Amino acid sequence: MLFNANCLALLVFIIVPAILGVSFGIRRIYMKTLLKIFEWATLRMERGAKERNQQLYKPCSNGIIAKEPVSLEQEIQEPRGGGGEFDMSDILYFCRRGVESIVDDEVTKRFTAEELESWNLLTRSNYNLHHISARLTVLWGLGVLIRYGFLLPLRYKNKLYPHPTSKVNLMCYRICVRALTAIITYHDSDNKPKNGGICVANHTSPIDVLILASDGCYSMVGQAHGGLMGFIQKTLVKACPHIWFERSEVKDRHLVAKRLSDHVADKTKLPILIFPEGTCINNTSVMMFKKGSFEIDCTIYPVAIKYDPRFGNAFWNSSKFRMVTYLLHMMSSWAVVCSVWYLPPMKREEGEDAVQFANRVKSAIARKGGLVDLLWDGGLKRSKVKEVFKEEQQKLYSKVLVSRQEDPEHS
Amino acid sequence: PLWCDKVLLRASRRVEIAYFSHSQITRLYSRFHSLDKGENGALSREDFQRIPELAINPLGDRIINAFFPEGEDQVNFRGFMRTLAHFRPVEDNEKSKGHDASEPLNSRNNKLLFAFRLYDLDRDDKISRDELLQVLRMMVGVNISDEQLGSIADRTIQEADTNGDMSISFSEFIKVLEKVDVEQKMSIRFLH
Repeated sequence: MLFNANCLALLVFIIVPAILGVSFGIRRIYMKTLLKIFEWATLRMERGAKERNQQLYKPCSNGIIAKEPVSLEQEIQEPRGGGGEFDMSDILYFCRRGVESIVDDEVTKRFTAEELESWNLLTRSNYNLHHISARLTVLWGLGVLIRYGFLLPLRYKNKLYPHPTSKVNLMCYRICVRALTAIITYHDSDNKPKNGGICVANHTSPIDVLILASDGCYSMVGQAHGGLMGFIQKTLVKACPHIWFERSEVKDRHLVAKRLSDHVADKTKLPILIFPEGTCINNTSVMMFKKGSFEIDCTIYPVAIKYDPRFGNAFWNSSKFRMVTYLLHMMSSWAVVCSVWYLPPMKREEGEDAVQFANRVKSAIARKGGLVDLLWDGGLKRSKVKEVFKEEQQKLYSKVLVSRQEDPEHS
Repeated sequence: PLWCDKVLLRASRRVEIAYFSHSQITRLYSRFHSLDKGENGALSREDFQRIPELAINPLGDRIINAFFPEGEDQVNFRGFMRTLAHFRPVEDNEKSKGHDASEPLNSRNNKLLFAFRLYDLDRDDKISRDELLQVLRMMVGVNISDEQLGSIADRTIQEADTNGDMSISFSEFIKVLEKVDVEQKMSIRFLH
């Protein structure tokens, strides 16, 4: 009896709306209720902290120290006492900058989950365990029961593998999306990517693909993986022509560029979906876009994806969690709430090279999604920074020394 | 978080509590913990070098060195805070007054000593011509010739050296920088 009721619920609330592409609005009510509960939880913790005469630890996303945006030239060019090019006090600038970066830097914090200002009743995002009252513990316990006892099994049952037919493909993505209790708001859908173009988006998790593919048909590009990902990739290829590369082929940039160019030249083929950052970032910033996809002569359709971190952290920290653990986290969080903005298409302008074009697109995406626009490479997650950047700093300082020598009156 | 409490209890009996508020210590511990990839309660030089902005700083290695006491290659949270305490703005000194007879870590003198030690590679309390050349080379890379750098070093020592021993002592260093606003240039303010 219970099994039949479950099936009926499945059909009515998930499969039929997915096929028809409509929504019941139940999920939005669920979302609003959750937010109210989170606010209450945070207030309780603040009260608990005040009773103990302590301050509640509030993570802040704007950085913890005041950093003046003064450049090397500005700070060091100040008028000093003696003449000559070098001043022993020059070292103070590098010293302070260095220590500032030790206390708080712009890059390393992008590779771990964003810290929230209010608690969302998930143990994984709590930093104030000792301020929890009895009532809050009960609520948290209830949350655990609901998420692992009800939401998770429900979502697990709904995981269907994509069917080898293209229209059903779209439906299946939509089913997956509903199965995750994903509440997605699409903005500016008239800018949706068209055939013969490349769609670029900022990357936070594998779910990005699910979110975009449930609102449009794309050809994916990526590295051929093994394991669960590999199986999914092979299955997807049966439905639509995707472009999977072997690791060895990835290094051959000309080969990659040729295959992509051939694909976009064919107007009957679907737009290619690419994540130029090359790796998952924690959705607080957009990092360097690799120029490869911007060298191809075609229209770029930028898309900005911003997750609401209050309902669950969507960022996949691949060095900390395996894919399976990550999916488990996703299926046991409250919901996946995000906004997708389709930006107007962009083309490379006269006299603009691929890198400048990539940066222009990146800035547009960062602006729309409310993310920090960084020039740093997402690859720094795993590799060391290149020596050439240090050499740039040294060159800058040398220029200052030389300019002082040439113009001693000024300094 | 629970892992923080034990450390904070121990830290509260130490002098470092005078330089940072409770919430600042919590934030610093959180930062220390995120840098500590080995999760062994101490940072190594590699942990610091993983910070891209520090890795591209021409004096990055000298700054990292300042955190490690002589001969050690691990720094614990207390040591981490102690070094950072040098960069507290000078007016936040009231708490540490009367704590003990010695000068607070973030005094002008101690900030200057921190900077002096960046130059003094062998920690012999003197900046020799050779040491000055090495640090200059770190700052300019390949962009300035050996001769030019040599003459810069010579001129700097000539101007600073008052006792004729061809090296710069700490008191000579203080004199050279007497007009510089060291308090402002060597201070880091917390937002909270």
